[in-house]
Amino acid sequence: MLKVNPEFIEKVKVSEEFDAVACLNCGVCSAICPMEIQLLPRKIFRYAMLGLEEKVLDNTQNIYSCLLCKMCEANCPAEVHIAENVRFLRYYINKNVFKL
Amino acid sequence: MPLPTGDIIGLMLDNLRMRKSVFPISTGSTTKWARGLDIPRGGETVIYTGHMYQLLPYINASVKNLERFEDSFFGKLIFLARFFNKIFNVSTLMAIPYRSDVSEYNQIIRNIAMLLIQAQIEFGYLYESELYTGALAYDMGADDAFKEHARKVYSMLKDNGVKNLITVDPHTTNMLRSVYPTIIDGYDIQVKSYLEVLAEKDIEPVNKVDADIVIHDSCVYARCEDIVEEPRKLLKQAGYRVKEPKDSKILTHCCGGPIESIFPKTANQIGEKRIEQLKDTKAQNAAMMCPICLATLKKAARAEIGISDISTLLAKVYCNGQLRQGRST
Repeated sequence: MLKVNPEFIEKVKVSEEFDAVACLNCGVCSAICPMEIQLLPRKIFRYAMLGLEEKVLDNTQNIYSCLLCKMCEANCPAEVHIAENVRFLRYYINKNVFKL
Repeated sequence: MPLPTGDIIGLMLDNLRMRKSVFPISTGSTTKWARGLDIPRGGETVIYTGHMYQLLPYINASVKNLERFEDSFFGKLIFLARFFNKIFNVSTLMAIPYRSDVSEYNQIIRNIAMLLIQAQIEFGYLYESELYTGALAYDMGADDAFKEHARKVYSMLKDNGVKNLITVDPHTTNMLRSVYPTIIDGYDIQVKSYLEVLAEKDIEPVNKVDADIVIHDSCVYARCEDIVEEPRKLLKQAGYRVKEPKDSKILTHCCGGPIESIFPKTANQIGEKRIEQLKDTKAQNAAMMCPICLATLKKAARAEIGISDISTLLAKVYCNGQLRQGRST
């Protein structure tokens, strides 16, 4: 059973720049990712928006594997700030998991 | 077994807060490239290295060690390095660079400075006052430490009366031109990459070459800073026949380097994929414009294709021999 943390998305969204909600879930980003990470970014954004904190944290390694190369952004039909959103997730993990 | 991400980021951030760089090296090492060039100290317009090229030999050496640790028990002991790093700079123990690497990367910045001199651009240099921009901390999402550091950099620039920066690499350009203005109120420093400055100046080649070159765009220059045509213009003007790989310009393929400090093996795999694209053009040599791309792809190329920084190629054509030699490195 998955536990939902309704406050999670508010904690991740430290600025209006976080726009994961704009993601259409079309999958172009996953298809062209040089890292070939199927999870990033669309699935991880869904987890974040649904408050599935555990699912997000289970994928910490993938979140830090992102190259921030913005190949996905250059092809995103919804112009989501994907790299910036990934950085927001890192910020959350740095603070709440790594205690940095 | 992956390296402990939190401990590695923690080590970098401790360094940034205590020693003003994620990977602290001596000011002698950061300024050595300028010896003998007689660049004036300070001024309204300065060349800003951001220490990226100077750090690469040390990062290369450190990544070599991290690769050994990646699947071993010793990787777990990185938390100890973080503990001792609070007492002394452990980076110096983790990374003893090859002298040839140091010389090569210093020569790249010398070439850039000499190209600017050749184009009759007047500029100074901040020498030991210059600081690293904090780019890696930003990428790692360590925004609190990054913002604190960015304010120190801005304050240093203002104290030195700097109004215009000529940057030498994409990450430093991106931080100082696009990221700092979003976090520092009233940020008013103009930033241009040396490639933009040279392209605007219409610098004339002293010699011309007749060779193919494949161009590897930096993700940051192409997608964040819109620097795409300038390097092509300079190479073509020099006589190079510029070949485009499968993924180029705004859709360029990442070199893999940005994750090298945490996932060195994966970074190398990404680099190998890009090398295949570059080799497919049949060009014998590839031009890089970022120190991270240069280091990562050089390693991945295994000498199957020549990998050079664009400044090295440009200096051979646009600078006369006397300038190229300099006095010392």
